[in-house]
Amino acid sequence: MEILVCVKRVPDTSENEITVNRDGTDIEREDLVYSVNEWDNYAVEEAIRLRDTGGGSVTVVSLGPEETEEVIRREMAMGADKGIHLMDPVFEGSDGRGVAAALKAEVEKGNYDLVLTGAQADDGAGQVGGMLAAMLQWPFAALVNHIEMSGDGILKIGREIAGGNQEFSEIRLPCVLSIQTGINEPRYVGIRGIRKVASLEIPVHGTAELGIPPEAVGEVGAKVKRIDYFVPQLGDGAEILEGSQEEIIDKLIELLKSKGGIK
Amino acid sequence: MAQIFAYILHKDGVLDDTALELRAAGATLDPEAAVTAVVTGSAGDLEKVCKEAARSFDTVWKVENDALAYPNAEVIRPLMKRLLPKNSLVLLPHEHFGMDLAPGLSVALEAAYLPDSVAFEGMEGDVLKAVREEYSGMVRTHVRCNLSTGAVITLRPGAFAPDERKDKTGEIMDKTPEVFQEGLPEVPRRYLEMVEAEAGDVDITKSEVLVSVGRGIEEQDNLEMIQELAKAMGADVSCSRPIVDAKWMEKSRQVGTSGKTVKPKVYLALGISGSFQHLGGIKGSPFMVAVNKNPKAPIFQVADVGVVADILDFVPNLTEKIAESAK
Ligand SMILES: Cc1cc2nc3c(=O)[nH]c(=O)nc-3n(C[C@H](O)[C@H](O)[C@H](O)COP(=O)(O)OP(=O)(O)OC[C@H]3O[C@@H](n4cnc5c(N)ncnc54)[C@H](O)[C@@H]3O)c2cc1C
Repeated sequence: MEILVCVKRVPDTSENEITVNRDGTDIEREDLVYSVNEWDNYAVEEAIRLRDTGGGSVTVVSLGPEETEEVIRREMAMGADKGIHLMDPVFEGSDGRGVAAALKAEVEKGNYDLVLTGAQADDGAGQVGGMLAAMLQWPFAALVNHIEMSGDGILKIGREIAGGNQEFSEIRLPCVLSIQTGINEPRYVGIRGIRKVASLEIPVHGTAELGIPPEAVGEVGAKVKRIDYFVPQLGDGAEILEGSQEEIIDKLIELLKSKGGIK
Repeated sequence: MAQIFAYILHKDGVLDDTALELRAAGATLDPEAAVTAVVTGSAGDLEKVCKEAARSFDTVWKVENDALAYPNAEVIRPLMKRLLPKNSLVLLPHEHFGMDLAPGLSVALEAAYLPDSVAFEGMEGDVLKAVREEYSGMVRTHVRCNLSTGAVITLRPGAFAPDERKDKTGEIMDKTPEVFQEGLPEVPRRYLEMVEAEAGDVDITKSEVLVSVGRGIEEQDNLEMIQELAKAMGADVSCSRPIVDAKWMEKSRQVGTSGKTVKPKVYLALGISGSFQHLGGIKGSPFMVAVNKNPKAPIFQVADVGVVADILDFVPNLTEKIAESAK
């Protein structure tokens, strides 16, 4: 199978405190640690496993600024065969639809049987995979946590639904699947692995190479636009225990006892 | 404003909790609007569901077919495309079904897609101002969504207070003949079966006190200190999703929308950021304590008591003190 995996470079929320800049136009980006979106990393691992058992190739594509190349290279170090970088100043301000439109053009340049995305990325929207499938008029399934070949041109997939239950279906290829975390255990990538792929060429495609009109992407093409960022104030918030650690622990034990938390 | 539709989820003849949240959200979009509930399914329970929906919505559009017995987004999407008038506004819950159906539906309808809204803040002409969350709930954003060519909007479950007045007597309209005029659409994804999650050794849905651990524990070996704390407290151990994804604990210990729904008296969250999918599994307003090294972690907004500390350092000391005080 020829597999394309769509990945995104995102600030690592478990490593960073995300704060809003002074005028609320963006998050504070200085000193942020970036990595590949967690869901996407599972998608790349799954693609590599499918290739290793069934043959074919894995291509990783990412849309974003210059630095995006880091994550493409990281996923190539994991075992992807090729990388493609979608970059064009007019992509700036794209909504999900714009990103999907660019990816659609890239998919159509290739000969893919399967496209994987993460179930969601840093904006929590979970939209690009489903939109891409609809644009290609390919079948789609969201939150996939199991994939196996099931006869010619058909995959058996599991989707994660409420309560950790799993919904099984058969889906026809070519299709787009959005991958849920936990589907596999992504392999570790060391510095060594990244060095190995350091000199591999990663083609850069903009709207010209993709053959899409600039109005289809970016701020102009967007129906959904972000106005500002802010930090929510929900309810009263927790009473933060202060003092030395010993004082905090004493207070906490007292509270837990009074609420029946210590038997 | 264009016509507003709410796609109603239901199971075993009962409306999903989100149905009445969609009603409330529809009224926020346009207080004058008559919101139409779209209910699809197979014979059996469908009539009952429609009658129930008619008590909360102005109109109910029913679509019945054996192929709709199980809600398969790949079947429902083309039917919705046939059914809905141009420029419709469609509301759905942002959960596993909505996430499957909605993005592609927006493309099929050539409409805007506004995913996972947590609040609406009014219209400016054709443009809706809404609130979303990004970065695991650490920040929120205001977004403008242009509704003039229609929109598909998914709502965070629980974010809109349900409108529980059963004050409507909506007309139930059978849209089946209209939708199936062209026959059943070709279905590229065939539903096979639903497999229930395995039961674990401990049923955390029955626990009164839970010590719950998240990604902040960093390494599998560190889980031991959590177990020791739980033992000292007489509590059960539960966890957030990344702990299960890493295969460090059983799926049956996971709290959240894709795990278990727990209703303890006391919930101690250790190194858990407080994503809505995690919090969605905690019911019954327990006394919640959060320990997190990040003072800005969203969990502190919902917890009763917070401790800003490194759990790797804090937990063993807490355990020791509890053990001492028990003597
Ligand atoms: C469809 C869907 C369903 C989902 N279902 C669920 C679900 O059922 N349950 C669930 O939990 N998640 C679920 N998730 C995942 C959810 O979005 C979050 O990714 C997850 O809850 C994060 O878990 P966490 O809080 O443990 O990790 P993180 O968000 O990474 O947070 C770790 C926290 O630990 C803190 N920390 C780090 N080190 C330390 C330390 N040494 N001491 C103290 N604090 C520390 C950090 O400050 C941070 O706040 C779902 C996601 C999707 C898309």
